[in-house]
Amino acid sequence: MRVRVEQTALPGIGVRHDLVTESGRRLGVVSHRNGRRDLVLYDPDDPDACQADIPLTDDEAEALADILGASLMLGQLSGLREQAAGLLTEQIAIPAGSRYVNRPLADTKARTRTSASIVAVLRDGEVIVSPLPSFRFAAGDVVVVVGTRRGLDGVSAILADSDPDG
Amino acid sequence: MHDFTTLLIEVGALLLLLGLLSRLSRRFGLSPIPLYLLAGLAFGHGGLLPLDASEEFFAVGAEIGVILLLVMLGLEYSANELVGNLRSAAPAGLIDGVLNALPGAGFALLLGWDWVAALVLGGITWVSSSGVIAKVLADLGRLGNRETPVILSVLVIEDLAMALYLPLVTAVLAGTGLLGGGIALTVAVGTVLIVLVVAIRYGHLISSALSAKDPEALLLGVLGLTLLIAGIAASLQVSAAVGAFLVGIALSGPVAHHATELLSPLRDLFAAVFFVFFGLTTSPQDIPPVLLPALALAVVTMGTKTLTGYLAARRVGIAEPGRWRAGLALVPRGEFSIVIAGLAVAAGSVEPRLAALAATYVLITVVTGPILARLPDFPWFKRWLRTRALAQRREAVPVHD
Repeated sequence: MRVRVEQTALPGIGVRHDLVTESGRRLGVVSHRNGRRDLVLYDPDDPDACQADIPLTDDEAEALADILGASLMLGQLSGLREQAAGLLTEQIAIPAGSRYVNRPLADTKARTRTSASIVAVLRDGEVIVSPLPSFRFAAGDVVVVVGTRRGLDGVSAILADSDPDG
Repeated sequence: MHDFTTLLIEVGALLLLLGLLSRLSRRFGLSPIPLYLLAGLAFGHGGLLPLDASEEFFAVGAEIGVILLLVMLGLEYSANELVGNLRSAAPAGLIDGVLNALPGAGFALLLGWDWVAALVLGGITWVSSSGVIAKVLADLGRLGNRETPVILSVLVIEDLAMALYLPLVTAVLAGTGLLGGGIALTVAVGTVLIVLVVAIRYGHLISSALSAKDPEALLLGVLGLTLLIAGIAASLQVSAAVGAFLVGIALSGPVAHHATELLSPLRDLFAAVFFVFFGLTTSPQDIPPVLLPALALAVVTMGTKTLTGYLAARRVGIAEPGRWRAGLALVPRGEFSIVIAGLAVAAGSVEPRLAALAATYVLITVVTGPILARLPDFPWFKRWLRTRALAQRREAVPVHD
């Protein structure tokens, strides 16, 4: 599973990290000593040459790292599934008609009712890890739940509930 | 008083002209070095418009220019990089030296010059221009390419080899003969080793003595230290340039980074003065007779340099197109060749046509080099490589389509 990242010193310029993806493309990052960063994509026909050399500002590099980090976190969460037998994770979207839209997480009493935990919420491409009981849901939020099969189904049912007294 | 006025007018007018030339060369994406040399030729002895009052000023400026060129080169590398690189790239450096220095030396002997001139010309054809090449690589977006570390490590080895070659040449030019040269070489090897060890072990101490926080103090401190060490090195017959280079290597971390930023404008000014001064001291009348020899030498050594890069890239498993890119990128010779020729001219004991030959040679390679470096990006060159690769495969294993 581990990816091999190659590090090469560029004397007088800085350092280059590169890796070959599973799909066979090579990509890398050239970090200049003066702080400039270039994202480089290699030519599939000539694996030694760069097809594109994209200079990134600090902000751009940070944004890109955030996006990759967020999706990485999801991947690791779903990886839990394979590591602990019987423990499952699921991403459940909160439907627009749910009674919990605009209400705090504590109101769902999800953990006491189902013994499954809401470990993260995804909103607008961002991950909110370990939301507090006071966290207010919005329509379209995706919650990441960890628990047994029965527990996950229970949380799913609670969040889908549209009737205030159901 | 009158002399001073003339000096101001001459220096001012020449610098203004250099500014315009530099802008012109940037517009065409070329190095300004050839234009500076041509400007020097035009205003030198026997040129279009000889400048007399400012010659002394340019002579001193040129000395400082060499020192600044070298200290900046040293600042770009850390001692660890140099030593780490030496282990992996030594064979490539050896190929480079043999393939490029020998043709130059042989050519000088062929022209009937003495062995001192051969030694100098060998150095001139040996060293590629790291400044020009780094710029070409950045312009062509090749910094991320996998053959680029190969090119850079060849350049690093050359620069390090210069730390030994320059003292040797300085001593030999001073007329001390082979024995004196040997002593100078031994002193240089010892000094370089000591500086590398000190820089790796105690580099942070030297750097922390010069605070990176105050720009003014840092500029004066680094410049002063460099000139002082260069002067001491020169008085020990170990070449001022090498002393400056070693100061650059010994400095590291934030101090080196800030010093690079602060010294860059000064380097640009004095390096331009240096190239102009070399042009000034070269007489344009000497050029036509050496034009053909210079052209022949350029063609031969451009070929051997391409072969060097090709072999060095092949050694680390780079594919055919990358080998050609590495080879052709290494072609330009520049500042170092002029530094070496400048030493010879200053000594005054060598073949007078050497300066003209060196100037013409650098003009040819520095102009054609960046153009040649672009060749591998053209579709027809790629097509040619593909048909070549196909033909080779067909020869090795007969396959039917």
